[in-house]
Amino acid sequence: MRMAVSTNRILKVMESSQIQLLADWVKALRGTATARSSSLISDPELQAQCQELITLLSTALRNARLDAIDDPAWEPTREYLAGLSRSRGRQGFSPTETAMFVLSLKEPLFAHLRRAFAGDNEVQLLLDVWELGKLLDMLALYTTEVHQQAREEVIRRQTEEMLELSTPVIRLWDGILAMPLIGTLDSSRTQVVMESLLEQIVATRSPIAILDITGVPTVDTLTAQHLLKTVAATRLMGAECIISGIRPQIAQTIVHLGVELGDVITKASLADAFRLALKKLGHNPAQA
Amino acid sequence: MPQPRTDSEGGALRIEIAEGQDVVQVRQRAREKAQAAGFTLTEVTKIVTAASELARNTLEHGGGGWAEVGVVATGVRRGVRMVFHDEGPGIADVDQALRDGFTTGGGLGLGLGGSRRLLSELTIDSVPGRGTTIVAVRWK
Repeated sequence: MRMAVSTNRILKVMESSQIQLLADWVKALRGTATARSSSLISDPELQAQCQELITLLSTALRNARLDAIDDPAWEPTREYLAGLSRSRGRQGFSPTETAMFVLSLKEPLFAHLRRAFAGDNEVQLLLDVWELGKLLDMLALYTTEVHQQAREEVIRRQTEEMLELSTPVIRLWDGILAMPLIGTLDSSRTQVVMESLLEQIVATRSPIAILDITGVPTVDTLTAQHLLKTVAATRLMGAECIISGIRPQIAQTIVHLGVELGDVITKASLADAFRLALKKLGHNPAQA
Repeated sequence: MPQPRTDSEGGALRIEIAEGQDVVQVRQRAREKAQAAGFTLTEVTKIVTAASELARNTLEHGGGGWAEVGVVATGVRRGVRMVFHDEGPGIADVDQALRDGFTTGGGLGLGLGGSRRLLSELTIDSVPGRGTTIVAVRWK
């Protein structure tokens, strides 16, 4: 009941003193804004954004409760704020700055409420301020939430892109392929790695392939198993596979784990592996 | 026996293990903590590798769970303590599970035994049908 009264009173103030309210808000915003954010948004743009939000708020207040921003009547406001939050996020605003944009409406609006109902029912005025504060807090939090979501989307996309990172197969010499592996090898990427290597072995008819794991930070049993499988598959295709880039700490760890590399040829560096490969093909590395 | 206490710099935050990506997170946390405890590069690599094995076990065999990695100190000794917990089917025969080459999945069967060799202490507390908790410590 009292909330409905508050809604009407807030709405009345927003509609009757719209122009002055807008001016006060823009002034307050510019007053608190840092030089950086002023340069990111032009005055007319900021004014238009404030105007739009006031209009949307009025419309929503006319049709819905002011404490239910999940209500469909609040949808346009939420959508507008979501768009605003995303665009500001892209412009480089922090979530706090975006939330402050909404929260900064409090002061001018409270002032206008106080002026409009001065000397009136003080309890009701207090309630108006309380309800309005709650509403603006919720809307500000909503912009933060959207900001967060946008960030998470970016992270998810980047993760996917990283999975897709092509693992290049390099032709070092006639008949010698090398594949430098980088990062984690326990994901779905391993399958891609193995496939492209095998394909390239066929395409280039190379008898020797070098798998370089210098860029693989951890070799655990799963990674070792993937490597062993790749070596086995290469052999089935009639080629030989050398694993290079085994750093001392990785070697020690593999030994402690108990992984048997069997008769897999391993070398400490890609250069060593390349030299061996050249020798196997009958080239003299010293002359080559 | 004095309980190892988690010192201030090693606040053991819980990492949920629900997908493959989380194993990467556990590894990174283990690397961070091992470096903070002052381990050498080889030791850090061993700890990270063990963390990787155990986290993957939690995911693959335990159906997911959580891990905690922290720096511990008792007296002058410092180390990294890792706890892995799941509420999966549990391990029927712990000795068998620790034996090299034993696997219920398609792995090499070296993860658990290998981890024990890479670390100083590894205690497995498993109740079939209820879940498994593994406490692993590597002392300097």
